[in-house]
Amino acid sequence: MSIVLKDVYKSFGPNPVLRGLSLEVRDGETLAVVGQSGSGKSVALKHMVGLLKPDRGEVWVDGVNLAHLDQEGLYEVRRKVGYVFQFAALFDSLTVEENVGLGLRRLRGMTEEAIRKRVAECLRLVDLDGYQDRLPSQLSGGQRKRAGLARAIATNPRYLLYDEPTTGLDPVTTTVIDRLIVRMREELGVTSVLITHDMGSAYRVADRIGMLFEGSLRFIGTPEEIRACPDPVVRGFIEGKPELLEGAG
Amino acid sequence: MNTRFLNTRFLQDPLQLVGRSALDTTAQIGRWGGLITATLKALPKVDIWGRLLVGQLARIGVDSIPIALFIATFTGVVMALQASYTFTGAVPLYFVGALVGKTMILELGPVLTGLALAGRVGANIAAELGTMRVTEQIDALETLAYDPVAYLVVPRILAGLVMFPVVVVLATTTGIAAGWLTSLQLLDLSTPAFMKGLRLFFQPWDVQFALIKSVSFGLTVTSVGCFFGFTTQGGAEGVGLSATRAVVVSSMVILALDAFWAATLL
Ligand SMILES: Nc1ncnc2c1ncn2[C@@H]1O[C@H](COP(=O)(O)OP(=O)(O)OP(=O)(O)O)[C@@H](O)[C@H]1O
Ligand SMILES: [Mg+2]
Repeated sequence: MSIVLKDVYKSFGPNPVLRGLSLEVRDGETLAVVGQSGSGKSVALKHMVGLLKPDRGEVWVDGVNLAHLDQEGLYEVRRKVGYVFQFAALFDSLTVEENVGLGLRRLRGMTEEAIRKRVAECLRLVDLDGYQDRLPSQLSGGQRKRAGLARAIATNPRYLLYDEPTTGLDPVTTTVIDRLIVRMREELGVTSVLITHDMGSAYRVADRIGMLFEGSLRFIGTPEEIRACPDPVVRGFIEGKPELLEGAG
Repeated sequence: MNTRFLNTRFLQDPLQLVGRSALDTTAQIGRWGGLITATLKALPKVDIWGRLLVGQLARIGVDSIPIALFIATFTGVVMALQASYTFTGAVPLYFVGALVGKTMILELGPVLTGLALAGRVGANIAAELGTMRVTEQIDALETLAYDPVAYLVVPRILAGLVMFPVVVVLATTTGIAAGWLTSLQLLDLSTPAFMKGLRLFFQPWDVQFALIKSVSFGLTVTSVGCFFGFTTQGGAEGVGLSATRAVVVSSMVILALDAFWAATLL
């Protein structure tokens, strides 16, 4: 019962992005996905909530094949998943409080008071308590990102998909977010996929690290394994040496 | 500007060009139909759109009243003046009332309001939803298990269906009132004479006709705006393009519908 991609292909027009990507996220683990800019990390993540549909291949979430679901079934699955967008994607006509509370309003039986308390709690976790009444346009880029994170965790989802939650944050805030991700797993048993460019973050929070390269998974393994991996493509990426990536394929 | 693209366009077989754009248009109409179907399906989700309707009634309806009344006032004044100029000698002056009333109710009230709101409301909806599309806010709604059609499209289309007739009635009334005041002040016409003209050819059906037109214009402007907003691609440029398209297409549809209703209902 987790997230599985089976041989997924996806192109945009003539431009193939995913070419036979297979990936299994184990129950309760935090899987970091790394890869060069434009390698299809965000595209892969969007497949996991049905925002994009594969041209070929299957996407399974929580034991069901997304292709077999009707609209309501898909929303049922999405209630179990929190998604942190790369560029926050806050609703710019709503305040921070309304943004974070929107998912909670979808859960029946929560009073206004309970929603307000839960929103404050989530904002505290991302160090944004007191910003309830701001509009997204009145936040800095990093604050927006953290508000997006608060929105994703508000409903206590069983799965969390983070698209670069710490890119562009200062080292201190990055550590706060890294710890939050670890806490979500340890205290709540959340299964997470974390897209990141920051190998340091990946080593700190991930149980396993997968690397996307040319539309499929080039490598997947524990942080120790990736450090010891002899594959020049993997080495080139984690050591930041483009010349190693060149002739490889 | 990509000049290479412009040049090759002229070299293309014109028939092929026409054929392709006809196919594109047909495909677009099909996708618009898909949006309407999705809207009908989302209607029962009152828990999602219920809270948002009032805001849209205000934004689409109430906020549009000033521009609609502004246009109607000047139209009423000009119509009265031009009618009296045209009728000089040949036709009794109280026909000014008939002309102002009949044309305001049947044609100018609904159509001028419709066109003005195509600009104001249509562009606004397309730009807002287009921005939400390109900044992934619509995707974010999806991940929070909100049907974006129920959340964004349903309240806007309902507000258009309800408020366009209201705005049109206000505009038409204002236009006639402006024509009447003009007749009193600038023409040699008394109130009873203006009223006599107004009643001369009036039929209750005229009002129903105007209301049917207004409802269809409300559906057109809001659904076309939502359609181009939802299908926006690219960044700021794409949003601008969608807003322009929404205005152009809904204006064209309004004029075509206007002719269609005149041919079928009168
Ligand atoms: N909606 C779309 N339409 C067309 N092409 C797209 C779309 N979304 C993504 N792409 C293309 O797919 C490729 C992968 O994009 P993606 O956003 O997944 O990259 P990424 O790995 O997340 O990169 P980054 O680290 O820079 O965020 C890119 O070449 C991009 O141009
Ligand atoms: Mg990305």
